[in-house]
Amino acid sequence: MLLQVDNISLSFGGIKALQNVSFSVDEAELFSIIGPNGAGKTSMLNCISGRYTPDEGSIKFAGEELLGRKTSERPEIGIGRTFQNLALFDHMTVLDNIMVGRHHLLKNNFLTGMAYWFGAQKEELEHRRHVEDIIDFLEIQHIRNAQAGTLSYGLRKRVELARAIALGPKLVLLDEPMAGMNMEEKEDMARFVVDLNQELGMTVIMIEHDMGVVMDISDRVMVLDFGAKVCDGLPDEVMANDHVQKAYLGAEFDDDIEADTQKEVA
Amino acid sequence: MASTALRPCGDFRTTYKTDQYLFQTKMIGWTAAAALLVLILAPVLASSYVVNLLILVGISGISALGLNVLVGMTGQISLGHAAFYGFGAFSSAYLANNYGVPVLIAIPVAGVMTAIVGMIFGLPAARIKGLYLAIATLASQFILVDFFARATWFTNGYGVDASKPEFFGIPLDTDEKYFYVVLAWAVISMIAVANLKRSRDGRALVAVRDHYLSAEIMGINLTKYRILAFGISSFFAGVAGALYAHYIEFVSVETFSISLSINFLAMIIIGGLGSVPGAFLGAMFIELLPQLVQLISGFLITIAPTVFGLIENGKAYIEQITVGTVIILFLIFEPEGIAHRVGQTRKSIKLYPFSY
Repeated sequence: MLLQVDNISLSFGGIKALQNVSFSVDEAELFSIIGPNGAGKTSMLNCISGRYTPDEGSIKFAGEELLGRKTSERPEIGIGRTFQNLALFDHMTVLDNIMVGRHHLLKNNFLTGMAYWFGAQKEELEHRRHVEDIIDFLEIQHIRNAQAGTLSYGLRKRVELARAIALGPKLVLLDEPMAGMNMEEKEDMARFVVDLNQELGMTVIMIEHDMGVVMDISDRVMVLDFGAKVCDGLPDEVMANDHVQKAYLGAEFDDDIEADTQKEVA
Repeated sequence: MASTALRPCGDFRTTYKTDQYLFQTKMIGWTAAAALLVLILAPVLASSYVVNLLILVGISGISALGLNVLVGMTGQISLGHAAFYGFGAFSSAYLANNYGVPVLIAIPVAGVMTAIVGMIFGLPAARIKGLYLAIATLASQFILVDFFARATWFTNGYGVDASKPEFFGIPLDTDEKYFYVVLAWAVISMIAVANLKRSRDGRALVAVRDHYLSAEIMGINLTKYRILAFGISSFFAGVAGALYAHYIEFVSVETFSISLSINFLAMIIIGGLGSVPGAFLGAMFIELLPQLVQLISGFLITIAPTVFGLIENGKAYIEQITVGTVIILFLIFEPEGIAHRVGQTRKSIKLYPFSY
């Protein structure tokens, strides 16, 4: 059990973004969270990655309580993430963006950095080698020196993934890694996510709307709706769940739902 | 990609080390070396007027470079830079006068003292940013200047004398000799900041500017780096202030007004935000432009007294208006600064006659 989430509740004023959500993720698992817009998927990731502090509950990572730890300590603990809306450092090169991911692994400080040749150089170059491996892995060699802000959407998403990998995390949280991509880019990205999971052995929690991809590559899927957990399980089990069909997948308009809507209209 | 396209043919980087060099191409390296050589020879070749200007540009450049770490790299606007500059000036003079610290040692020590004061005044940056922070730094400007006026033990209340330094018994009492002190500090500062930009903490500062939320997720402690930026920036302001004090030989309380703070901001905006040579180019622009305008207006009056003689009375105003206009025009046509323009010019020469 790598991540154990217990009874997490989070509210913003009167809006209950998350209500008593519990789930757990095993080591080396590819775990997906799905649900309609506003279901609380990103809020859940924000709780794990430390941007939000939940009102109640506990989140344990490798047996250690995460709540109460600083956001900036997450990489040391072993958690990395990407963002739904691009969050690259736009004015830096791709290389520097990924090097920022090595921040918590580098030891040089501003003094040794200023005296580059007598301090930071050796370490910087070692980590540069590591970053180049990640660049090779994600096939972004050709944009290595480009400014991140000038890239296309699909490439930026890939750079963001590279940056998250550079953290060397045990658990990586991917917030809609394939949103807004064309078929080809999606295929590439899905391949990278699977490789990440199977070759690099990282545990992945992914939010994604493309059901084809989610059901194909996930080990387990959790469904959220209105901040509450609907169910979790193997992709096939989740697909078969009635509530999921209604809440999210847009089941055929059977009598049940029709009756519900009519009740609401009336 | 744009940056690699400008590399000369056959210049392949085969190690990561060569790819991280300070100077992108050999040509830039040689140009820098040539410029340094010219500057080393300047006191011998140039008139004392030019040397005086070079010293002032150097001192302002060091200070602007510090501000560029804070504003250009970290994205925190400071309106109190002149106060830190002043603190460095008074500290160095105080150390040299009261404790007999050799001036050349007092200068960096004053830098460190200013860095500490800068970090204290930078504490609000832990909680606020953007324009709100700019107003908070305005407070440091007024508080420190008020402190200078009242702390008679530190400043006499109006100003203190500062002595010229000695270098192993050789008094550096002339402009020509003092020039080398400033040049050494300017070169050290440029190299230090350029190195900072290609190492861990420099990247962290830029990351905090570009996207602080994701910087935090990447393990960067925002508070630490925001305050560190104030520390580094104030260090250079302090050193520059100290250099100024021992050059002018008298530190007056009135020098460090908010208009000087704004001048420093203008230098980095005109020179190029976040650029190392930009800080010095901007300093050159702001320091030399009024001189140039004076020269031209004087020249016009002498060659055509009938036409331009009429402006004799309003000469001072016209000069100020001209300086202001040139700055505005410059910002309209080159908002990214002189450093950017130099890069563009380099590209167009390199790619001539094809623009792609």
